Amino acid sequence: MSEHQTAVQEQAAPAKTVLFEIQRQDTPESAPYMESFEVPYKANMNVISALMEIRRNPVNKNGEKTTPINWDMNCLEEVCGACSMVINGRPRQSCTALVDQLTQPIKLEPMRTFPVVRDLVVDREGMFDSLKKIKAWIPIDGTYDLGEGPRMPERKRQWAYELSKCMTCGVCLEACPNVNDQTNFMGPFAISQVRLFNTHPTGAQNKDERLSALMTDGGLGECGNSQNCVVACPKGIPLTTSIAAMNRATTVQMFKNFFGSDHMVD
Amino acid sequence: MVRESEFYWRRLHSLLGIIPIGLFVTQHLIINHFATKGAESFNTAAHFIENLPFIYFLEWFVIYIPLMFHAFYGVYLAFTSKNNVQRYGTFRNWMFMLQRVTGVFLVIFIAWHIYETRIQKLFGAEVNYDMMAEIFQSPFMIVFYALGILAATFHLANGVWSFLVTWGLAQSPRSQKIVTYVTLGIFIILSVIGMRALFAFA
Ligand code: HEM
Ligand code: SF4
Ligand code: FES
Repeated sequence: MSEHQTAVQEQAAPAKTVLFEIQRQDTPESAPYMESFEVPYKANMNVISALMEIRRNPVNKNGEKTTPINWDMNCLEEVCGACSMVINGRPRQSCTALVDQLTQPIKLEPMRTFPVVRDLVVDREGMFDSLKKIKAWIPIDGTYDLGEGPRMPERKRQWAYELSKCMTCGVCLEACPNVNDQTNFMGPFAISQVRLFNTHPTGAQNKDERLSALMTDGGLGECGNSQNCVVACPKGIPLTTSIAAMNRATTVQMFKNFFGSDHMVD
Repeated sequence: MVRESEFYWRRLHSLLGIIPIGLFVTQHLIINHFATKGAESFNTAAHFIENLPFIYFLEWFVIYIPLMFHAFYGVYLAFTSKNNVQRYGTFRNWMFMLQRVTGVFLVIFIAWHIYETRIQKLFGAEVNYDMMAEIFQSPFMIVFYALGILAATFHLANGVWSFLVTWGLAQSPRSQKIVTYVTLGIFIILSVIGMRALFAFA
């Protein structure tokens, strides 16, 4: 209670509410429209708690009753990626978007690089299809017990851990000028995932298959090096280094494929 | 079909940008630079090129065919990107956009430049110092050619950066940064060579 009052005092006197401008869309096909909301200010509130407040009391700025806003969320600690949306023009996670750090009116839009399901909810299914395409897993199933895999050097493991932080949030796709409805680009995250799984000693057994996936439709060929992804990624994944690394790996693979060999891996 | 082999087309596009087109453009700018030593000097240099053996073969296989592929595929790339420098005003994102803008401008400039010189030659005109000096009687043409040369030198220099990343040569952020400075140097040097030649004619 006292904490609440302190926060109110810290705010400039009349600003007891937070203004939101939210882009809404009722169905995947219908036209988007803007709706504004005035939400009572609370100390340390984030975009999600404001959306929850609107859900509790779905009345817009003009005092009209409206439908609650739809949005996705899960972990609430920036590890699942579900709550990504465009906040004040930049794609990011709404669970870690603190109202105190945003200029008002706070504008929320869905990430339009993806099909919009409703309001701020988008369909990121395409990203999971890409992960299947590049075989973003370590194959350990066999007809017999394969036993323990080779050990990974500790320093390499620590480095690979950084790449494994990707939460498939879609921010790097939203940021990329080459991911749009005129291209099939899988997006930077998929390229970095190939690097991650090719680094793993067991994963490396399918190295050539993953590289080949990057050398077809929607793969590396569609990157134009704007390098927005590395700026946008909330997990600080070195996406552009991964892209250049996979560029080098596919250059080598291309020569191997062309001049042939009696085996593909190594 | 084209989509499936997009990776290889893109690599070909990248390679042709340097070899032969980039090398040709550099050579072209250096030959033009002889104009700073007077009409005589330029004409001698230009004649040397004109009299190379297999010149028609060279023209088609070193210039026209690679350039046409690079240009048409480049236009396709340029118009399938959705530039967003308002959202991310970073240096690299600007370079990305300028690579496309200069590319599209180069289509117009090169088409006009070839029409004004090489095609006129087919109709019997002689391509030499006087021809260029006459073209530059018009101030509009001076500006148009200046923009064309700067677009080409920028596009080539930034293209060298892009080439080194596309083939995986420059991988670490540090190496990419160093290459940025090196290509900035290439841009400045080629631009000075180009501008000096232009103003030697004008
Ligand atoms: C005639 C019209 C031209 C157009 C429309 C055009 C277009 C483009 C585009 C869009 C790119 C970016 C590709 C990407 O990063 O995804 C590019 C790259 C490049 N261009 Fe051009 N270009 C043209 C002429 C030239 C010329 C005259 C040169 C040589 C001076 C040149 C050299 C390059 C190089 C070296 C690259 C870098 C390749 C890479 O990304 O790996 N281009 N061009
Ligand atoms: S690479 Fe970064 S921005 Fe892209 S999906 Fe993964 S976490 Fe999100
Ligand atoms: S809810 Fe999981 S990242 Fe925001």
